[in-house]
Amino acid sequence: MWKHHQKLERHSLLLVIGILVVVAIGGLVEISPLFYLESTIEKVDGIRPYTPLELEGRDIYVREGCYLCHSQMIRPLRDEVERYGHYSLAAESMYDHPFQWGSKRTGPDLARVGGKYSDGWHIDHLTNPRAVVPESVMPPYAFLAKKELDYRDVADKLRAQRTVRVPYTNAMIANAAKDLEAQADEFSSDGSALKQRYGSKVNQRDFDGNPDQISEMDALIAYLQMLGTTVDFSTYKADAGENLR
Amino acid sequence: MAQPDQVNTRPGSGAVLLSIGLGLGILLTIFMAARTSDPRYQVHAFVFMGAFIAALSALVLGLSSGRFVQDQGRYEDGVIRAGVIASLFWAVVGMLVGLVIALQLAWPSIFYFPEIGWLNFGRLRPVHTSGVIFAFGGNVLISTSFYVVQRTCKARLAGGLAPWLVFWGYQLFIVLAATGYVMGVTQSREYAEPEWYIDLWLTLVWVTYLLVFLGTIWKRKEPHIYVANWFYLAFIVTIAMLHIVNNLAVPVSPLSSHSYSLFSGVQDALIQWWYGHNAVGFFLTAGFLAIMYYFIPKRAERPIYSYRLSIIHFWALIFIYIWAGPHHLHYTALPQWAQTLGMTFSIMLWMPSWGGMINGLMTLSGAWDKLRTDAVMRMMIVSLAFYGMSTFEGPVMSVRAVNALSHYTDWTIGHVHSGALGWVGFVSFGAIYCMVPWLWKRPRLYSDRLVEWHFWIATTGILLYIAAMWVSGIMEGLMWRKYTPEGFLAYSFVQTVSAKHVTNIVRALGGAMYLTGTLIMVYNVWRTIAGHVRQDETGAVLVQPSASGPASAGLAAAQ
Repeated sequence: MWKHHQKLERHSLLLVIGILVVVAIGGLVEISPLFYLESTIEKVDGIRPYTPLELEGRDIYVREGCYLCHSQMIRPLRDEVERYGHYSLAAESMYDHPFQWGSKRTGPDLARVGGKYSDGWHIDHLTNPRAVVPESVMPPYAFLAKKELDYRDVADKLRAQRTVRVPYTNAMIANAAKDLEAQADEFSSDGSALKQRYGSKVNQRDFDGNPDQISEMDALIAYLQMLGTTVDFSTYKADAGENLR
Repeated sequence: MAQPDQVNTRPGSGAVLLSIGLGLGILLTIFMAARTSDPRYQVHAFVFMGAFIAALSALVLGLSSGRFVQDQGRYEDGVIRAGVIASLFWAVVGMLVGLVIALQLAWPSIFYFPEIGWLNFGRLRPVHTSGVIFAFGGNVLISTSFYVVQRTCKARLAGGLAPWLVFWGYQLFIVLAATGYVMGVTQSREYAEPEWYIDLWLTLVWVTYLLVFLGTIWKRKEPHIYVANWFYLAFIVTIAMLHIVNNLAVPVSPLSSHSYSLFSGVQDALIQWWYGHNAVGFFLTAGFLAIMYYFIPKRAERPIYSYRLSIIHFWALIFIYIWAGPHHLHYTALPQWAQTLGMTFSIMLWMPSWGGMINGLMTLSGAWDKLRTDAVMRMMIVSLAFYGMSTFEGPVMSVRAVNALSHYTDWTIGHVHSGALGWVGFVSFGAIYCMVPWLWKRPRLYSDRLVEWHFWIATTGILLYIAAMWVSGIMEGLMWRKYTPEGFLAYSFVQTVSAKHVTNIVRALGGAMYLTGTLIMVYNVWRTIAGHVRQDETGAVLVQPSASGPASAGLAAAQ
């Protein structure tokens, strides 16, 4: 055996090929089944693509590195389910490019933060976290409320999402900017078209409390307020055979 | 030194090709800067443009003055000297940013500025992680690999100016990544945050790096490829594979700094942690094990303990490491079969890890007195002790029941730092302390006593850091799951935050001590390069580079 190894020590290309074969196996065995095993993602009702405003908010969440301190993955452990709500399903992040499960909880999990706090609480908390929670170590995000949301390329964003197989329709892409404006204004006449496209549960209101402009705060709060709210858990049977993984 | 064919060669077609490439690059970046509506993308187009213009000017000036003549009878050490200086520069930057974000967690009302978003934790944390892993660690790996491959192959680096392209191209990657993070250009993939166009640039640099390394091996005068080079090859090849697959993404437009990953949700999570854990396995382990396999035998002036153990160590380590990624996703929505596979292989990984540690430690057998007399040697041996400790802790944390407690807590942060500060940091410092007198042709370091100071301050800093993180991690994990006798959750989340205040301060103190040690090192290296020797020191261990590398010694022992 040691004699045979000398061949690898004398031929660099054999060595490189050997390395490539050996390091490829683990990934192939673990990752590729996730793309074809049907049990990987549960069948649930209610999952929908993000609205244009939520998608912009999600991009701000990514930009600011929120995932470095907040997870979006509730584990099926008693204390987590009681603290945060139903454990997270794979289906809930099936349209998340990239995923935001996180790896650290310097702050609490946000997988089901949607609807837990009022918009006003979020504005105060994002502006100055320690004004609301004195012991918090979170950075302040006051600048979000002043910064106008730049959504010139929102249709391009939806199109790129469709390229990676998020089911945005032609109508959704064509009306991306209009839908975004409608969602930030509860009196908008385009609201019914928005809800027709994305579902009646979509939150439509002025999230940042400033009707004069659509700010980055609007987008981020719109995203936070929908997190974990889409799945209809009344129709989800956790113990059903197809959901046991 | 080996004396291969005594020919002086001029860079010919390569330099012309490079000039054309740079010229086209300048045109492309002018177009990018002019047409984009994304301000962050525009900044990066200007950074690219500036770098290309500087490179082209340097190239033209160098060619016209005939400075690029290559003496094939000598080693190419200039690029290694540059790499050593860059390593130390980025070490200070990366650790300083780490200290800043540690202070932010300890005293948020002092170290945050409401109107300056780019100084927030979320923007600076990737600057710290990429700064220490890729900027400091990457420069150490590139420069030591260039040093080792030349000595063990008895051949000058291949590719003419290509090693310099690798060096400067890699610095450009670091600058783009770091400026991107503070501006908010990120893919949000931990340890792979740079956006699509920065990833493309790194791919180009990395393929050049692989070709330079392989090309030098092809020129070798030794029949065998030395074991350190196997580890360097595995590091370079596997990082290329991981980088390409994990960064597959679709840009919003060719003129946008933003992209969406090709994969989503559960598949995306496993691919990211397949990448993430093997950034640890191949960047922070295989690459630095290569350093161990060259510099410890060299410094100890003994062959590596066991040639056969190094073969088993190598193949077992690279085969098993790849499987360990799913242990980052215990109890998540990842199917349980994948979690179990990841856990099983993580526990198996303990054995090759310790096999490698034993191979390094036992190399010192018969020369254990060096631990007392040679602080540089002690630093490298203690790095192996930290390697052994964190590769034992890792498998323990990968057990699902333990992970239920440790995941999401500071324990993970402590674990990473015992590996990064203790193993990666110390073995790098050891290699640099060895290389600096060799590269600058100095009889010895400026001061061995300063190495002692560096060693003891940094070691104390590491111990404070990891002890603080064990305490705060296990404490918050237990507090999250604590129930009152009536069956209610005992603590609100924010109570666990405020409970960590003291350990956060101790952690910052530990980090500050580690940084202090690094600054002492920078001073020591600077005085050494300047040619100074501290007068009142005696009894220093002196190691001169000799003609017979550990390659021949190791092979002789094996045969």
